[in-house]
Amino acid sequence: MALIELEHVTYRYPFSKTPALNDLSFLFEKGVFYGVVGENGGGKTSLCNLLRGLIPHFYQGTLEGRVTIDGTDVREWDTGKLSAKIGYVFQNPFTQISGIKATVFEEVAMGLENLGWPKKEMAERTLQICRLLGIEQLLEKNPNELSGGQRQRVAFASILAMDAEILVIDEPTSQLDPQGTQDVFEIIQGLRGSGKTILLVEHKVDLIAEYCDKVLVMQNGQIVRSGPTAKVLSAADLAEVGAMPPQVAAFGHAMSEAGKPLAQIPITLADAEAQVKRRQEEVQRCNANRA
Amino acid sequence: MPIELKSASFAYPGGFMANKDLSLTILAGERLAIVGQNGAGKTTAVKMMNGLHKPVEGDVLVDGQNTREHTTAQIARTVGYVFQNPDDQIFNQTVRAEIEYMPRYFKLPPAEIGRRVERAVGLTGLEGYLKKNPFDIPYPIRKFVTIAAVLATEPKYVIFDEPTAGQDRRGTLLLESMMEQLQREGITVITITHDMEFVARNFNRVVAMAHGNILADGTARSIFSNAAVVAEARLRKPQIGELAGRLGLGEDILFCNELVAALD
Repeated sequence: MALIELEHVTYRYPFSKTPALNDLSFLFEKGVFYGVVGENGGGKTSLCNLLRGLIPHFYQGTLEGRVTIDGTDVREWDTGKLSAKIGYVFQNPFTQISGIKATVFEEVAMGLENLGWPKKEMAERTLQICRLLGIEQLLEKNPNELSGGQRQRVAFASILAMDAEILVIDEPTSQLDPQGTQDVFEIIQGLRGSGKTILLVEHKVDLIAEYCDKVLVMQNGQIVRSGPTAKVLSAADLAEVGAMPPQVAAFGHAMSEAGKPLAQIPITLADAEAQVKRRQEEVQRCNANRA
Repeated sequence: MPIELKSASFAYPGGFMANKDLSLTILAGERLAIVGQNGAGKTTAVKMMNGLHKPVEGDVLVDGQNTREHTTAQIARTVGYVFQNPDDQIFNQTVRAEIEYMPRYFKLPPAEIGRRVERAVGLTGLEGYLKKNPFDIPYPIRKFVTIAAVLATEPKYVIFDEPTAGQDRRGTLLLESMMEQLQREGITVITITHDMEFVARNFNRVVAMAHGNILADGTARSIFSNAAVVAEARLRKPQIGELAGRLGLGEDILFCNELVAALD
């Protein structure tokens, strides 16, 4: 059953002539890990705001079409209940950090505090999440004095702590180093096991290729491509819709153009390695037969 | 004339030593990438270059001038720094006002202000955004507003702190063409980034930092082919390089065309 259903959704921010979301129709299924890629200004963050209920509850503007979350129209949802159901990690961690808490520990616990968790469980949960994110050494630091990468981990931890059923994550790794980025993807991957539905906006397409079940490409407020990750990301004309192909997919296309095609266009490193080795074996066999 | 860090150290209030005994010389007209894990001291190091931080030990010289003997405002006219978080930098109501702010502050003639704004806007692709409130435009494009505002001061050295964060294909290509143009004009570009493909494509000189100091300083190829440096600075080899390594084709390949050529 569809967890979130969009039917002909069009949305305009206040005073804006052009729609930020233009006639979107899509079914998000429970337990699936979705990656969203595409041009900036193409509607990715607006889609997050919509699923998260910030559109229409916080941002005014005009919303047309039908948006249902768990069968209930987003307009009917109580925002407090919706925020417990859907966790949202902001694009800019500098914006998400509350600014009213003196330590990282309190910042990460703030969501649970607002949800009325008992003190002991709140503390345990907070520590558990901070360990998971590798930020234990920051617990007593002031969240407003952290580096960009540290802040991004704290922002991510404070949402994970709430254990929401649906996670909407807007570029959680933009300030992180490559290893830190990989770690965050591993953590998100781990969440899938617990049946969570995840929508991840991310430009690092190599990692989207590695981890996501399905991919949506957005451009000009529309979903211009969608489907299983391998199918969407191996398309030769991905750049034409403003999305960057994975490095190894571009390599696969270049091999085809050079008259040395691989059996399939790879989208992950492991996939590329296997395909090149297969091709090398075949080339050797041909050469041996000829000799 | 160069920017010289001579055994420079910097400690934050509370005593955390972010840079220890750092020595680095950046020549005029060079293009340099600084890479390394979060907390390695990259931002602290570049903030010493434009006088936002003054070293607690050692010296930082900009074109021979010791930063300790000048105000940040004086040094910033020579070394422009674009903040990592655009929201720390922006304070005007429109994009145009933000970009015009420093040229106006310098009391330049109107024609010169106009020329500088036009140049900065052209380099950053902001033509369609001039009348907008900077806080109403998407974050990655807002980053270009802060870049334009610093370029309008026409510094000789310019530092970008993670300009690639959150950029899409268009934004990344725009950064690349902008750096090309700045180099043609003889301006030194120093860029902190975590995007290794971007580094491989655009930088001849790469400084890898770890634990507050410099681990390696060399060409992109020499950095990425050194497994120990890649591990220690927690970098990631560009994916094509990694693939070539796994296929046993050596550690020198970084680009798609090289890998295609190396295969039968």
